[in-house]
Amino acid sequence: MQSSLHTPLVRLQGISKRFPGVLAVDDVNLDIYPGEVHVVAGENGAGKSTLMKLLSQVERATSGTILLNGREVPFVDPQHAQRLGIAMVYQEFALAPHLTVAQNIVLGRESTRFGVIDKRAEVEQARRLLQQVGLHIDPRRVVSTLSVAEQQMVEIAKALDIKAKLVIMDEPTATLTDQEIAHLFSVIRGLTAQGIAVFYISHRLDEIFQIADRVTVMRDGKVVATLPRSELDQQKLIQLMVGRDIQHLYPKPESRPGPALLRAEGITRRGILHQCSFEVRAGEILGFAGLIGSGRTELARAVFGADPIDAGSIWLEGKRLSIKSPASAIAAGIGYLTEDRKRDGLAMTLDIAQNITLANLPTVASWIDRGKEERIAVRARDRLKIRTPSVHRKVAVLSGGNQQKVIVARWLETRARVLFFDEPSRGIDVNAKSELFEIIGTLASEGRAIVLISSYLPELINMCDRLIVLHEGRISGELERSQFTEERIMALATGANEGDTL
Amino acid sequence: MKDTIRSTNEVTGDEAAPVPGMQPAGRWAGILRMKGRLGDFVAQTTAAGALIVVFIFLSFASPDFLTTNNLINVIEQNAVTATIALGMTFVIITAGIDLSVGSTAAMTGVLGVELIARGMNWPLALLIAVVAGGVVGLGNGLLISIARLNPFIATLGMMTVVRGLTDVYTNAVVVVGPASVLGPDNFGVIGLGKAAGIPVALMILVVLSVLAYFLLSHTRLGRYTYAIGSNQEAARLSGIPVRKYLLAVYVILGLLTGLAGMIAVSRLGIGEPNFGIGLELDVIAATVIGGASLFGGQGTIVGTIIGVFLIGLIRDGSVLLDINSFTQDVIIGVVIWLAVLWDQFRRRRIS
Repeated sequence: MQSSLHTPLVRLQGISKRFPGVLAVDDVNLDIYPGEVHVVAGENGAGKSTLMKLLSQVERATSGTILLNGREVPFVDPQHAQRLGIAMVYQEFALAPHLTVAQNIVLGRESTRFGVIDKRAEVEQARRLLQQVGLHIDPRRVVSTLSVAEQQMVEIAKALDIKAKLVIMDEPTATLTDQEIAHLFSVIRGLTAQGIAVFYISHRLDEIFQIADRVTVMRDGKVVATLPRSELDQQKLIQLMVGRDIQHLYPKPESRPGPALLRAEGITRRGILHQCSFEVRAGEILGFAGLIGSGRTELARAVFGADPIDAGSIWLEGKRLSIKSPASAIAAGIGYLTEDRKRDGLAMTLDIAQNITLANLPTVASWIDRGKEERIAVRARDRLKIRTPSVHRKVAVLSGGNQQKVIVARWLETRARVLFFDEPSRGIDVNAKSELFEIIGTLASEGRAIVLISSYLPELINMCDRLIVLHEGRISGELERSQFTEERIMALATGANEGDTL
Repeated sequence: MKDTIRSTNEVTGDEAAPVPGMQPAGRWAGILRMKGRLGDFVAQTTAAGALIVVFIFLSFASPDFLTTNNLINVIEQNAVTATIALGMTFVIITAGIDLSVGSTAAMTGVLGVELIARGMNWPLALLIAVVAGGVVGLGNGLLISIARLNPFIATLGMMTVVRGLTDVYTNAVVVVGPASVLGPDNFGVIGLGKAAGIPVALMILVVLSVLAYFLLSHTRLGRYTYAIGSNQEAARLSGIPVRKYLLAVYVILGLLTGLAGMIAVSRLGIGEPNFGIGLELDVIAATVIGGASLFGGQGTIVGTIIGVFLIGLIRDGSVLLDINSFTQDVIIGVVIWLAVLWDQFRRRRIS
């Protein structure tokens, strides 16, 4: 795309945003051209999200000007930005779950006749827009019945409805499967072909190279560089993002798997899991691969006692366990780090120390030993390098990576010998990610059995000794490290019969 | 809410990278290292500040305010609310609520008087009334933790059922007992008496508050109360038996409500089936003014006590200054708004 030949659609001139105590965006100059996919890359806290909020008028810049087609845009509110043709597709979806697809698409801009909503026109309009984004569903369906990927397409349809000139996307692929990502990318290409600019935040290096026309790297609120994709490679991008080289994203130690530690046999949850059996050895990192909804998380939760099972048995070191609840799994030495820290991992109003000791509170006859709690927390902070001046800060103020370490610390305190990590790297930055994987590797080399669940194949391929692949609630295959290839895993994940369509 | 969480997560954990709005908090955290609960501390200081301001104002505005009699009166008048509010703090921290406490206090009071009227000695009657309150609490707890009713609905139903049962039993007529037992020289001592010049109600309140404070701040039960209110699913997945602890907090509140019903009787000298209508709202208001969040995970005993007496002083002052009781209600309503508005403002600043 010869975007530099056009005049910029949006030009940011000396934009800064100061929050109390921090300059979140620092003197940013940036051009966005019509029809380009402009990716903003950077670690958490680099200022990417703030920059988007300034563009979509959720936040007001402290200084600097934003020009749209060469004219200065006054700050009003997000609705104003929408009317100017700036649409935002949120990371966590902003649709009204109880309304229909059509109602959501026209929300706030309903066309009325004598004050009465013209439902038929609404549905027709929605149908037309959904077609454009390749979503073949009934616009009268209620949004809460849609998958995440479908909801995203509805948001894009909404952007088309307001005739957006700029579509902002904040980590749109975070929860999508590979096919859904492929579809999203083709829709994005459709948008740019119409001259719509896409401003795109991403953490994921591989997709930056797939979708970007140009990449702006931010660090500490500043723009470090804006480069066409052709002038970047992975190493250079990482170097720009973190300000130094990261030798290995996935520091996997040499592993020497010992005897089988945990064995699950015939785990069945009606309609969800069917006869799933696997074992994981001491010192081994076993991966669960599969598409979203394939039963990876459900299998881990079943073994952990978080959901009731209809059939199956769980064995630890040859002894059969009776797991009826997370409490009994924990007592047996099993831990589970949930895929959504905020939803079901952290107690946000408690402090770091209290979160670390949540699963194994140091008490003397029900009386909390505060001194011991503090020592446990400080030791965990030092061991896992949780970056905080005090273990008595609320976990809510930590970055994603540090929050994840707090949860790892919690499970280490339970003396868990089998640990399930469900999407541990979600929403954490490159630096923290490699630290986290280093921790996972260390935990394995200390003789624990690790199960790693991830949607991101490079993660599994680089970290795991062995993989089991799930498809529609069944284990569709098992691969040794020497057999790992993306194609092979995807073939198993999508069901062997559909494998050849890939 | 979501947005604030997300934006705080945007910040890297590097020591060098300051969190928006966290600098003053960081400095405080150093000072309050052992306390650690900055937010609650600020809420308490705010409510405590308001309490002191009202106290000083009334000292100047009315010559009758700063007298031993009046201050004892304030304590005795608020002993019932305070006793229940201690238990309500636990419930609200779990993100629950209990609307049935007013009805339950009336029921246990009537029950206690009835037992005394039938010749039972009062300590045993008191014990039975307290246990009866605990049974109501157990009912609430079961409806909430086992039947999984929303706490508002479960206790709304319980409020109506218990009030109805009390009225069915008494025909909505006051229950009386022998004055020799219920009088101020005997059972009445609890609500009206003094020992060594100190009101018995105050002593009871101090003991209960200290117990509740230690229970909430220093025991497993207290920690799990916060954890469940902060994130129930995270608590469950950390192996905490959530149902058991939810049951426990509603039973604790029920027991305290049973006791409060008997404290009320000891002051009134009769069993009043209409006692405590609207009491639950005063209790909840006091808890919220003291910094508890209806979303759970936040609240303290000290804050709640401050909240109770802030409302108590406003009511007392209004009487002394001849402000009529309808106007009192307006003032207290406004105080509730201000307390919660301030709380939200403060939270937004911290996050």
